[in-house]
Amino acid sequence: MARETPEVSAGSMADVAFLLLIFFLVTTTMAVDSGIMRKLPPPVPEDIVAPPVKTRNVFQVLINSADAIMISDKAAQSASAMRESSKKDLRRMVKDFLTPHFPDNVKFPETKEIDIDFIGSYHRTKGIVSLQNDRGTSYDIYIFVQNELAAAVRELRDELSNEYFGMDFNALLKADELKAKAIQKAVPMAISEAEPANFGGQ
Amino acid sequence: MGKFRKEGGKKSPAINTSSLPDIIFMLLFFFMVSTTMREVSLVVRIKSPEASEVQKLEDKSLVSNIYIGKPTKALAAKMGTDDRIQLNDAFAEVNQIREFVSLTREKLPDYNKSRQIISLKVDATAKMGIVTDVKQELRKSNALKINYSTRKAPGVVVD
Repeated sequence: MARETPEVSAGSMADVAFLLLIFFLVTTTMAVDSGIMRKLPPPVPEDIVAPPVKTRNVFQVLINSADAIMISDKAAQSASAMRESSKKDLRRMVKDFLTPHFPDNVKFPETKEIDIDFIGSYHRTKGIVSLQNDRGTSYDIYIFVQNELAAAVRELRDELSNEYFGMDFNALLKADELKAKAIQKAVPMAISEAEPANFGGQ
Repeated sequence: MGKFRKEGGKKSPAINTSSLPDIIFMLLFFFMVSTTMREVSLVVRIKSPEASEVQKLEDKSLVSNIYIGKPTKALAAKMGTDDRIQLNDAFAEVNQIREFVSLTREKLPDYNKSRQIISLKVDATAKMGIVTDVKQELRKSNALKINYSTRKAPGVVVD
């Protein structure tokens, strides 16, 4: 009778299995949905006329069907078409526009003194960024502009948050929700989207 | 003298299968963890644009997706090459969005009905016309919280 070959030891099979499991757990990334959050305005009845907004309080961003951006800053009485190379200026210009200026400066939007918890009396800007696009505008450039507007507001919030609470807004949001609410109140996300027009054909 | 094996005769030993359940369980867990429930099969091509100011969607149960893009290559012959809307698993028209919103809202528990989020997954090359139509329908159906799905571009320098 020949000697039987010994059974293959299976004791470490479980270890191998766990190794594989952990390896897959670590290396696979689950698709996490992320994106730019926005709130749409509620539907308005036809017969209601929008309240008038002083033109100096409006910063207009127009995008045509050729994906060219035009901005018109009524307060500074300037309008300019942005070339590809100057796209990065959009964020800075929006930021300048939305920075509250007190005492009153006619080149910038009006401010309103309000009382905010944790911050106290604060001159909040009445500036509104109005975004209008064409039906032929590409989604890519629309998201670019939305992103720049969001970034401008976020940077302003960061500055204020650093001044009062010594940390970035996102950190504050995790640390203290009430203080973050105060910052949000001081620097609102003032973006208004006009109904799309059909300028520039197509 | 050395031992010599008998030719033939000897059977190879049975492979121990006692750890087979472990492996099967491992696979099971892996798939349970890594797959999301009922991912729709896309009939439109979507490559999201990049953005830096993104927020994560924390609670997936609140989110319903609307896809907008050009039909996939296989379907292009039948459906054309214009931007189309996809709801659930099929192509849809703008006027079906209200029904879609109310149906998905119906599935949420009462305390979460007002927190519904519509995620717009739109191809970067799509035109805003169709996106605007969708947004107007969403306003009419009172689904006001929306999310423009984008890919996170870390440290992007806009130039």
